[in-house]
Amino acid sequence: MNILQALILALVAIGGLAVVLTRDPLHQAMVASFYGILLALLFFVFQAPDVALSQIAIGALALPLMILLALAKIRRKDANEEPRTRP
Amino acid sequence: MNPKVRMAIFVVCGCALFAIFAAGLSRLHPVGFAAGPATTYSEFVNSITVPERRITDAVTAVNFDIRGFDTLGEEYIMFASVLGVMLLLRRQPDERDGAPIDKQKGRRIPSPSDAVRILTISLTGPLVVFGVYIVVHGQISPGGGFQGGMILATAPLMIYLSGEFESLRKLAPRWLVEVAEAIGAGGYVVIGAAGLFASTAFLHNLLPPGQPGDVFSGGTVALLNVTVGLEVAGGFIVLLLAFLEETLVRRDPS
Repeated sequence: MNILQALILALVAIGGLAVVLTRDPLHQAMVASFYGILLALLFFVFQAPDVALSQIAIGALALPLMILLALAKIRRKDANEEPRTRP
Repeated sequence: MNPKVRMAIFVVCGCALFAIFAAGLSRLHPVGFAAGPATTYSEFVNSITVPERRITDAVTAVNFDIRGFDTLGEEYIMFASVLGVMLLLRRQPDERDGAPIDKQKGRRIPSPSDAVRILTISLTGPLVVFGVYIVVHGQISPGGGFQGGMILATAPLMIYLSGEFESLRKLAPRWLVEVAEAIGAGGYVVIGAAGLFASTAFLHNLLPPGQPGDVFSGGTVALLNVTVGLEVAGGFIVLLLAFLEETLVRRDPS
């Protein structure tokens, strides 16, 4: 394993932790998108360019879009009701 | 169960899991090396992709030729999930559509700055060309219908960022995108069935294989990549339109 591979593995570990530790779903969607790009870099460094291209598409674009879509739907329903306080 | 007991159980179980995991990882082969001699399957794939199938990207050969039927299933996973999202986000009886405005009260949708407009407009053309390139070169280099379709789908996003939602709607109306998605999803089955009727097997390669490294190589694999590209681009743009309608156009009765 060379330095580049070790470095990207460490970055992915930190990125995964960052996704879990981000509590607000809106922020989490952005962090997850960044984590998706890190994963794509990991696949690229480990010589799987096909998978890396798919990962950019799914992890960095489609997944955050789906989360934002769900959040938009939920928040619009919420806006009509009484503003809730966080537990 | 109080937090202290819970923490204690977690520490014990976590340590045990880490020990087993580390022991398992330590036996792994170095990165990039197979266990012992090359496995039979990888040898088989490498021995037929270039000489017989005339495809230089082994991953595409596996996805669209050797396991072409699996990819049909994967394409329909995408199709079914887009369908599910559209079903969940359909206009409810108590909702109505209005002119696209910002949800924040008393704020208009800010018009994009000149820098954003120039960047996005100048990126749109190259994105389309690059997406088509990735789709049609799937059998030669990394990429293919799925990845290229995703790149193609970002071009309308650029148009939205450079102007108004209405300009995106005019350029990529819902019916056009849905027709493209349907042609992509159906095209794969039609190509596969053509092989079944004209020859013996589903997805049998009917077209001349061409020369390895040529754009027109791989026979039907190139066509299958185009159908998947259409399907993925169409499906993703449908999702994008649904998102923008949900956030900008839908109104609750008030």
